Amino acid sequence: MGTKLIQIGRRLLQAVPSVFGVVVISFVLTRALPGDPAVYFAGAMADAQSIAQVRKALGLDRSWIEQFFIYCGNLLHGDLGMSLNTGRPVLEELMTRLPASLELTFIGLGLAIIVAVPLGVLAATRPGSWVDHLCRILVTAGVSLPTFFTGLFLIYLFYYLLGWAPSPLGRLDILYVPPPHVTGFFTIDSLIAGDMETFVATIKQLILPAITLGLFALAPIARMTRAAMLGALASEYVRTARANGLSRFTVLGTYAFRNAALPVLTTLGMVFSFLLGANVLVEKVFSWPGIGSFAISALVASDYAAVQGFVLSMALLFVAVNLIIDLILTLIDPRVGMDV
Amino acid sequence: MHRRDFLKTMGVATGASVLPFLRFLPAEAASHKDTLVVVEGNSINSLDLHRKGTNRPSYQVTVNIYDRLVRFGVKTLEDGTMAYDSTKIVPEVAKSWTISKDGKSLTFKINPKAKFWDGSPVTAHDVKWSFDRAVSLGGFPAVQMKAGSMTKPEQFVAVDDMTFRIDLPQASKLTLPDLAVPVPFIINSKVAKTHAKKEDPWATEYLHKTPAGSGAYKIARWDPGQQFVYERNDKWALGPKPAMKRVIVREVPSAATRRALIVRGDADLYMDVPAKDAKELKEGGKLKVSGAPIDNCLHVLGLNVKYKPFDNLKVRQAIAYALPYKDILTTSAYGRGKAMFGGTEQTPSTITWPQPFPYVTDLEKAKGLLAEAGMAKGFETTLSFNLGLADWEEPTALLIQEALGKIGIKIVVDKIPGANWRTAALVEKRLPMHLENFGGWLNYPDYYFFWAYQYGHLFNSSNYKNPEIEKLVDETLHMETSDPKYAPNVKRMIAIAFRDVPRIPLYQPYLDAAMQKSVGGYVSWFHRQLDCRTITRT
Repeated sequence: MGTKLIQIGRRLLQAVPSVFGVVVISFVLTRALPGDPAVYFAGAMADAQSIAQVRKALGLDRSWIEQFFIYCGNLLHGDLGMSLNTGRPVLEELMTRLPASLELTFIGLGLAIIVAVPLGVLAATRPGSWVDHLCRILVTAGVSLPTFFTGLFLIYLFYYLLGWAPSPLGRLDILYVPPPHVTGFFTIDSLIAGDMETFVATIKQLILPAITLGLFALAPIARMTRAAMLGALASEYVRTARANGLSRFTVLGTYAFRNAALPVLTTLGMVFSFLLGANVLVEKVFSWPGIGSFAISALVASDYAAVQGFVLSMALLFVAVNLIIDLILTLIDPRVGMDV
Repeated sequence: MHRRDFLKTMGVATGASVLPFLRFLPAEAASHKDTLVVVEGNSINSLDLHRKGTNRPSYQVTVNIYDRLVRFGVKTLEDGTMAYDSTKIVPEVAKSWTISKDGKSLTFKINPKAKFWDGSPVTAHDVKWSFDRAVSLGGFPAVQMKAGSMTKPEQFVAVDDMTFRIDLPQASKLTLPDLAVPVPFIINSKVAKTHAKKEDPWATEYLHKTPAGSGAYKIARWDPGQQFVYERNDKWALGPKPAMKRVIVREVPSAATRRALIVRGDADLYMDVPAKDAKELKEGGKLKVSGAPIDNCLHVLGLNVKYKPFDNLKVRQAIAYALPYKDILTTSAYGRGKAMFGGTEQTPSTITWPQPFPYVTDLEKAKGLLAEAGMAKGFETTLSFNLGLADWEEPTALLIQEALGKIGIKIVVDKIPGANWRTAALVEKRLPMHLENFGGWLNYPDYYFFWAYQYGHLFNSSNYKNPEIEKLVDETLHMETSDPKYAPNVKRMIAIAFRDVPRIPLYQPYLDAAMQKSVGGYVSWFHRQLDCRTITRT
C-alpha cells in the first residue's frame, strides 16, 4: 500500500507542470482576446474618461507581467479574483456552480452507462440481430442529434405538449427552497436533510436534462462496449471457457466482460470530460445554473478572472478524473502497473 | 481492496444510482393572485447601479427597490398600451419643487411620508450622499448625471433636513428629467455609511448585495444566475399600494424555453420578447402582447464618413435610396417597428423625433446618384454587425447585402462578438458600414443629436462632423422647449440629418412584453425594464 501512495504522489507531482502551463496559457489567451473589458464594463454611455477610470480600477493599466505576478500571488492565497460579470468572487461562483454541473453530468453519465453497457454486451453477443440494429440506431441518433436539439425536443414533448415534466427552470421548481448546503449536490443534500419532497422535486428537474446528456454519452460507451466485447468473445480464453462447459453467464460476465471493461473504463473517463463541455448547451436550454453557462457569459464579456478560474478548475478536474481512472484500472487489471 | 471486492462494491453503487422512476405529476401553477412570475433572458449582476460593472438588466432592481426625487407620469397610447410620459414629471420623494428665476437652482421639499425600510425618514442628507455618490464613482452613472449638468458634489446642498437644492452651471431642460432616470436613486446613507470603509467610502461592496432603500419593493432573495425575488414594502406611501405582494424573476437564457413557459402558463410575464416571438404570440391570441415604440431610439445603418467612398454625400444618399426598408421591417423586425422611410418633406415641418426620412427604395435613383458620384460600377465594402443583437441584425445585414448588390455595391458581412463591438464601433469608430441601435433615455431630439451626430461623441459611430450641427446642438441642448429658437433649431438639425444621412434609419423598434390575459397594468418604460408597482392581476 505504501508504494501505491508514493506512486499516487508521483502521479500528482507530474500534474504540477501541466497545471502551471494551464495558468500561463489561460492568462495569456484571455488577454489576447480582442475584447476590451474596460470598455465593456464602463457601461452604455461611458466616455473616454470613465473608460480610463474603469481600466485603472480593474488594474488593467499595468503591464502584463505585473498583472501575471499579482494573479499568481492571489492564486497562492486561494483568491481567484472577482467575476465582474456576476459581481461575485470567482471561487464562490465555482463552488456553487460546479456541483450543479457535476450532479447533472454524473446522473447523465450514470443513465448512459445503465443503458449503453448492457446494450453493447447484448449487441456483441448477437451480432446482426435486432438488438444489434437497435444499438446501431441509438448510437447513430446519439451522435448525430445535437444536445440542444434533443433538449428542446424533450421539453417540447414532455413539458409543452404532455405536461408531464416540471417547468425547465433549473435545479428546483419555484416552489422549493434549496436544501442546506453540504455537498452542493441537491439530491444528496436533500437526503441528508431528510427532506423527501425536495429530493423528489430535484429528481424531477434532473430527469430531462440528464436524459439529454445521457443520449449524447450513450453512443461512445455502447460502441466501445460492443467492440471490446466482440474482441473478448472471439478470444482463445473465452473459447477455452466455453469448451470447458462453463455456464453462459460465467463466460460472459467473468471472462469476457471483465477483460472488455478496460477500454470501456478508459472511454468513460474521456466521455466524462467531454460531457462537462457538452453541458454548456444543455444548461442553456434547461436554465441550469452550471459552470458552462458561467464560462460562456464570462467569455462574451471578456471577464478575465472568471475565464481563468473556469479553465483552471476544469484542468484540475481533468487531472483528477484521469488519476481516478488510472487507479481504478490498476484495481481491475493486474497488468496495469503504476510504476510505468 | 481486492479487485473482486471492488467490482462488487461498484455493482452496488451502480444499483443504488438507478433513478426511482417517479410518476410525473402535472406542473402545478405556482401562481397565486398576488404573486407574479416573470421570465427574462438576462442575468442581473448587482443590486447597486452605481457600482462598476453593473449590467443593464440590473437597472430594474434600482427601479423597483429605490425611490427617486421625481418620476415620469404614465400615458395610455391609442391602442390601449400604457407607456411612460416623457413630458410629465410627477413627485416621488420630493413633495414639490421650485426652480429659481435664472433656472440655475432647483429646490426640492422632501415628502415626510418617505421612509426607508428601517423606518427612518428620508432626509436631504440622504439625497445629497446618494447624488454625491452618483457623480463620484465614475463610469456610466457619472456620465448620465453629466447629461443633466450635474458633475460635482458641491452642486448638491442639503439646506435643512427636508430641503434639498441642486445648483447648476447653466439652466437646462435636461436636469429635471435626468432626475427621473434610474441613476439618481436615494440610498439610506446612515446604513450605508456604517458599512463604508476607508478604501470603499461609498460602501459599494455592501450595497452590491444588500440594498438600503425606501422603495415599494425589497429584495427578498437573490440567487445569482438563477432568480431574484421582490417583496412588497407594505409601508411604502409615495403612491398607490402595489397589487403584487411578491414578484419572482427567473432568469431563463434560452428564448425557446421562455416561450414554452409563458405559453404553458408557468410564467405570468415575459419581458423583452424577441420580435419574432412577439409577433407569433400576438397572433396566437392566447396571450397579451404589449409593445410600444421605444422613444428616441432608432435602428440605423451607419456609414462611416472617415472611409471612402462614404465621405461622398451622393454615395450615402444612393444607399439611402437602395435600402429594402419594407423587407427589413417585415422580415427582420417582424413588423414590430415603426416605419422610418417614405417621409414626404425634405425639410421637416414638425419637431417630432424620430420621424420618417424622405427616402424610399428607388433603385434607378440610387444608380443615378452613384453615377453622379463617379461610382457607376459600384465598389466593395464591409458591413459589420453585433453578434449579441443577431436576432434582428443578421437578417437585416443579409437583406442590405442583397439589395446593395443590385446597384453594384458588393458587401462582405462581418460579425463582431458582443464583447468587441463597443470597442470597434463606438470607441475606435473603425467600421465603414455597420448597424447601430442607440436610444436616448431623455426624450429630446437634440439629446439624440448630441450623442449620435456631434463629432467625437460615443454613438456617433459614423465620425460625422458638421460645423452647423455642432453649433446647433451646443445652442439647443440646454434650451427650454418653449424657447422660440428651439423648434427652428431642431427642424434644422433634422433637415441636415435628412440630407447628409451619415445614419440611415431603418425603423424605430418596439419594446415587447408578453403576459397572461389576467395580468394588467404593464407600462412600457424608456429604461426598458419592468416596473412592478403598476402590475395588477385579476
